[in-house]
Order: sequence, then C-alpha cells, then structure tokens
Amino acid sequence: MNYDPIAIFAEWLRELLTSWNLSDDFATVILKLIGAVVVAGLALGIFILQTWLERKVAGRMQDRFGPNRVGPFGLLQPIADALKMVTKEDTTPESADKVSYNIAPVMAVFAVLMIWGVVPYSSTWVGTDLDVGVLYIGAVGSFGVLAVLMAGWSSNNKYALLGAFRGVAQLISYEVPLLLSLVIPVFLARSMNLNEIIGKQGDVGWFIVFAPLAFVIFFISNLAEIGRTPFDLLEAESEIVAGYHVEYSGMKFGLFQAGEFAHSFASAALISILFFGGWQPAASPWLGAVVFFAKTTFFYFVIMWIRLTLPRIRIDHMMAMNWKFIVPLNIILLMTVPLLDYFVKDLGATRMYAHFGLNMVLLIGAIVVAGRAIKKSEPDRVRFPERAVAVPPKEETEEVAA
Amino acid sequence: MTPLEVIFWIASAVILISAIMMVTRRNLVHAALFLIVTLFGVAVYYVLLEASFLAVVQILVYIGAIAILVIFAVMLTRQVTNPGQLFNKHASLALVMSILVFIGLYLALSVWPEFSAVAPEADTAAAISNLGTAFFVEEDGQPVYLLATMTASVLLLIPLVGAIFVARQKE
Repeated sequence: MNYDPIAIFAEWLRELLTSWNLSDDFATVILKLIGAVVVAGLALGIFILQTWLERKVAGRMQDRFGPNRVGPFGLLQPIADALKMVTKEDTTPESADKVSYNIAPVMAVFAVLMIWGVVPYSSTWVGTDLDVGVLYIGAVGSFGVLAVLMAGWSSNNKYALLGAFRGVAQLISYEVPLLLSLVIPVFLARSMNLNEIIGKQGDVGWFIVFAPLAFVIFFISNLAEIGRTPFDLLEAESEIVAGYHVEYSGMKFGLFQAGEFAHSFASAALISILFFGGWQPAASPWLGAVVFFAKTTFFYFVIMWIRLTLPRIRIDHMMAMNWKFIVPLNIILLMTVPLLDYFVKDLGATRMYAHFGLNMVLLIGAIVVAGRAIKKSEPDRVRFPERAVAVPPKEETEEVAA
Repeated sequence: MTPLEVIFWIASAVILISAIMMVTRRNLVHAALFLIVTLFGVAVYYVLLEASFLAVVQILVYIGAIAILVIFAVMLTRQVTNPGQLFNKHASLALVMSILVFIGLYLALSVWPEFSAVAPEADTAAAISNLGTAFFVEEDGQPVYLLATMTASVLLLIPLVGAIFVARQKE
C-alpha cells in the first residue's frame, strides 16, 4: 500500500546524478527544478481539463449539452481552443508600456503557480514543505494584485486603468478576511505548515466541524479573490465588456484566463486542505493524492455551481458586506475562539462540540444583528440630485401621506 | 561554487541593478516596479539565510504595500513621467557621503568576528514558535518583549481609530 512511485523515481534520479560526479547539493537543486516544472505542468494540465469541465457543467446546468463535437464527449475541445488562442493575432496598443504590458499576463500565472508550489498532494508528495506555508499563501496573493495593476496601467487605456482600480479595490479588501480566516485553522493546528495542519485534522477531526464560520468566510473571500461570479466585477463581461485586460488578445488573454482557472482550482485545494483534511484519511502516498484530488474537484464543482447560479453582486454591496459584516465577524471569531480553546483544549471530543457550538451561536447572533441593521438602514436605491419637478399642491400630498 | 552561492550572486546582481534602475527611472510606475524587484531580491536573501518567516513577511508587507503605492502614484500625480532634473545640486556631496558610509560600515563589520562566521543549522519551525512566544510569554519572571508588543499594538490601533474618526459622517 505504501508504494511511492515519485520517491522511488527521485531516489533513482539522485543516484544517477551523483554517479556523474555531481555534488549532492547540485543534485538537490536539479531535482527541485524538475519538481517545479512538474508542479507547474500539473497546474496547467489541470487548467486544460478545467476549461472542458467548466463548459460541460455549465452546459448541463443551463439545459444544453456543452462541447460534444471534438473527440469523445468533446474531450479534445480544449486542444482546439488552445490552437485557436495561439493562432489569434497578438495585438499591442501602440502607446502601451511594452515591457510591463508583456510581463503582466506572465505575472498573473506566476502568482497562482506559487501557491501550487506548497500544496501537499499527499503525505509525501509536496513541492516544498514550508514551515510558513499558510503565511506564504497570503504573501504570494500580492503578486496577483500587481499583475492586475500592471495590466491595467500599461495598456494605456482609460477603461483598462479604471478596471484595474476596481479590481485592486476588490482584491485588497477581500484579502483582509481571507488572511484573518486563515488564522483559525492555523490556531487550531498550532502550526502554519500545511502538511501538519492536515496531520492534526487526522488526530482531532476535520476543522470544518471546529470552525464552520471560518470556512464560510474563507470560501466567500476566496470567491472574491478569484474574481468569479458573484464577484466578477473585474470583468463583468455582460455589462462593461472587461476590466484590466480589455486590450489583451490571443494567448496573452489566454494566460489571464489560465491564471483565473488555476487560481480557482488552487482555492478549492486550499479549502480541502485547511478544512476538510486534505489527503486524510488515506496515509498511502498515491491513494492520498487520489483522495485529495477528489475532494478538490468537488469544491471546484461547488465554485462552478455558485458561479452558474448566483447573479452578480453590486460593487457597493460587495464592499459593505466585506467591511461591515465579514471583517467584524471574523475579528470577533479571532477573539473568542482562542479564549474558548484555552478552557477546553484538553477535553477531546468536548472540545469539538464546544467549538462547533460557539460558531453556531456567533452565526445566529451575526445573522440577527445584520438583519436588524439592514431593516433599519434606508431603502437601498440610487438617489438622483434634486431638480425642478412638477409638485402637486400641498394639500393633496398630505392627503396621500395620510 | 555551491548552488547557494550561485543563487546568492544572481540575487545580488538583480538587487543592485534594479536598485540603480529604480532611482534613475523618470517614470514613477517604472520606479515602483523596480523597487518591487529589489525587495523581492532581498526576500531571496532571507530565504538563503533560512529565515523563511522573514522572507514571507517581506513579500507580504513590502510587495503587497507597493501595489498600493503604485495606485497612488498613478492616481494622485498629474504626470507619472517626471520631465524635471534627475539630480539636484547636492548630488556629488551625496555620492561622497554614501561612499564614506559604505567604507565605514565595511571596516566596522570586517573586524567583527561574526562577519565571516558560518551560521549554525537553524531549526526554522522552532524559530517561528520561539518568535511567537517571545512576544507574550515571560522568561525567568521577566516578560521579554511584552511591553514592546503592547506599545506596537496601541500604535497600530491609533491610526485605525483616527481613520474612523476622520471618515465618520457628520451628524
């Protein structure tokens, strides 16, 4: 059961390299480089499958077939799409800032591939077993923000720049609850190492039971970070054409697309790692990877499901929900969870029930408070500036009001 | 040359070149982008020193914040490309002063015995938890960095309160 093909292959390759009189350090570097290429290739290979899956699922949910002409079940459609993307004309605006214009799409993919570098696929299959894994995931998110800004600014297009500002406002705002909600699983596992977080969940139970509220917050802010419906104001293709990548065409646009898809899958992977035990309960390396990818695909399906079900949220509603509801709730969670855990940390199963109970109490409280606040606030409509309009005589108005 | 040395030299070259590019660019956004490359190179240094926590914080704090700096550069300056002079009249004095500071620092550090010492193998996981506990836990009855942590917390709280006060709607 504990057959580990990757470890055996790595060992064989290391022996081969050292037999060529390479030092052990250089062999490690070469092995790491190969690992990086494999992980990046895996992420982009998944992207190709994802485009097919997305179109198939979208088709089913909208009562149509989806791609079914190229290959069995339309499976070769992504290859046809990729060929179309590559052969399209690659335009660059004449007054664009050429270097940043060309780096931005690469940066968009790079930011996501950095996440893939620390994801543990199973107990031993992990790109880099980083002790600060969770913090690292938060840190590389800032490269995504940079990619959006560079694309928007260097296009030298008013609408691209406006789109970039809108996108960056969204990304930076939702980074706050994203990072704050990451603290809860880190606190429960007493570690920032992703593999140790998974191991801890094997001992005490999945963190979805301990921290359902943190999971919901993480899920919502992740949706916003990916920039998919209901948070796709970065693009909003049905209303404002596109945002920061309005000037991009051909494969450069394809890279932005690849970044978005790979980010969706990486988010699903993080959800399954942090809250659903990653490769648990399978200890064997290859079986663990199967379990991990099954869970991740399920959460990717949930992300698609939400995307295909919900309409787009308005930008002021989105910001209000973040700053007035999600962030305060998250801060309350951060204050109460450690306090509770101090009293129940040695109680075994009771600890789990206590955490679950606290989360439920907070959830109900938050919904009640938010419901009252929404009722109390003014009816939500766009107000136009006052202007001269025909007003009925005063008596009549009072009558109507009465 | 070990692989670590190769990475060190590449990172050093990138840091120096992008630092020079950063101060000589006329375009504010280009300068900010080169600043990002410089700070990323410094993060590579931290990784080489096995200070993974510091490296990640470097990226999180500096590169994440510079994105916002770029926004302000684009939004608040009328001309992103500055046609004015690159150097002012103190340029030569500044050059002499910085060379003197560099020589002084080099001489001071080269007599320091730790300068060429080999760092011991670091236990990074323990280092992070030590960092965490040092902020709050007492050692030998003395809270090590408790006062500093609390002061920093209050300092961070003040701008938050101030921002709310400034942004609050007048009633």
